[in-house]
Amino acid sequence: MIRDITLGQYYPGDSWVHRLDARTKIIATLLYLIELFVVNNFYGFLITAAALFTVIAISRVPLKFIFRGLTAVFLIIVFTFLLNLFMVDGRVLWHWKFLTITYEGLSRAFFMAIRLVLIIIGSSIMTLTTKPVELTDGLEKLLYPFSKIGLPSHEIALMMTIALRFIPTLMEETDKIIKAQQARGADFESGNLFQRAKSLIPILVPLFVSSFRIAQDLALAMEARCYHGGAGRTRMNEIRFERADALAAVLMVLFLAVIIASRFISI
Amino acid sequence: MSISVKNLNYIYNPGMPGETVALSDVTFDVADGTVLGIIGHTGSGKSTLLQHLNGLIKPTSGEVLIDGECITDGKVKMTDIRRKVGLVFQYPEYQLFEETVSKDVAFGPKNLGLDEKEQEARVRKAIGLVGLDYDEIKDLSPFELSGGMKRRVAIAGVIAMDPKILILDEPTAGLDPSAHRDILAMVRRIHEEMGIILIFVSHNMADIAEMSDKVMVMSGGRNVLEGTPAEVFSKGDVLSEMGLGVPPAKEIVDIIKKKEPRFVSGALSVDEAARDIKSYMGGQEV
Repeated sequence: MIRDITLGQYYPGDSWVHRLDARTKIIATLLYLIELFVVNNFYGFLITAAALFTVIAISRVPLKFIFRGLTAVFLIIVFTFLLNLFMVDGRVLWHWKFLTITYEGLSRAFFMAIRLVLIIIGSSIMTLTTKPVELTDGLEKLLYPFSKIGLPSHEIALMMTIALRFIPTLMEETDKIIKAQQARGADFESGNLFQRAKSLIPILVPLFVSSFRIAQDLALAMEARCYHGGAGRTRMNEIRFERADALAAVLMVLFLAVIIASRFISI
Repeated sequence: MSISVKNLNYIYNPGMPGETVALSDVTFDVADGTVLGIIGHTGSGKSTLLQHLNGLIKPTSGEVLIDGECITDGKVKMTDIRRKVGLVFQYPEYQLFEETVSKDVAFGPKNLGLDEKEQEARVRKAIGLVGLDYDEIKDLSPFELSGGMKRRVAIAGVIAMDPKILILDEPTAGLDPSAHRDILAMVRRIHEEMGIILIFVSHNMADIAEMSDKVMVMSGGRNVLEGTPAEVFSKGDVLSEMGLGVPPAKEIVDIIKKKEPRFVSGALSVDEAARDIKSYMGGQEV
């Protein structure tokens, strides 16, 4: 189940989207998320969805991977849909005992569901096409101006790099511990909620011990290589804006204009 | 007790970019009481194979029979398999979690649903079998023991389930020479006292030669060689092609053989080699 979450999982490739500067992709994704909240009618969603699927087609990431990220949050989407469906007042379409569906509720429910799906797909396309290290490098550069007012941009980026870097390691570790305890007859699948929570102890304790061990090793290895923070640090792969990024920037601005215009389309 | 593996295939991440064939067409049998040593490179499929033997991984195709019973068709209860087949992973000390040694070792027996008296008897016996003093150690925290002792406790945790087949994945990895010797001696004693099938993986060719009745060589997901230690280690050139080797004593014997054509020896251990060299030299001390 842990493996189903695509968020933060890189899909190797060499498409135009993959080669874009990480900063471009971060800004584009942020802008896209904002645009999803600017949209106020179904035409707008049609345009944003079409744009997203064009990007996906260019990135050549199989749809299977993109939708795998959705399955993990499927319940949240359904819950949001139902909540909106029954909770909004307005023109009554259907009524049964205490349940009422209104025209406004129905349209709001669809709105929120589509918006959530697009938010998740939109942000996972960024993480699917950008290596975690590039992503944090990009973030560090984007946050750099704020270091003038005391924001530790390098440290933030480093923490994120380490966190991302060790997700697969800890997943492997978890898998190993689960299997080792299963080999000793542990059962994680049956029993009531309390018993199931208790059955996690044999996994969590060794996992904590392992994380501390890994953290200690990493800190030692960094110190042994004279790591001393961000000041004056150079990097092996400098990221720089290319012509493709300029093109992407122009497209972004045009797209923003289209989205704002879409608000004024009346049905 | 016997193990029979038939045409086992396993593919990691089928249909994804990371698709890898981990096992392909592995077939072998292990008779009761046998010590089977498995050697092979990192990534040759050893660990994947071991996990198939107690049902932790389901094969893509093929079957595993434990005592004639197929454990891969989904009909058999997993706790019954885990009761029969004990699997000790690499670095088993990383799975310790309880407050005291005795509670940790009792985890397996408890999962089998044994009553407290039986649990304690099992724990006492298992801790004795791994060469530790039950009364001295039972109330200590497993986290304050030394590396070698932690590993013994972890192995005791599997032995306490009283398996009929014990599988050890690199039981001596990362230990110093004296702990290494102790663990090997312990493994041999466990095999003798419990009269079980023992399967173990090692990168130390001398250990494999010394301990096993039968050796199996894994390479690229296939079991490419199988036989007695003498048979397998007589194919030194095949082994070195796969990045494996022969026991050091055997290496020396082979060098002498090349220079002294009349010297005959099938020695795999240092003691055997010393004996053969001594008799070749006409009984002089070497």
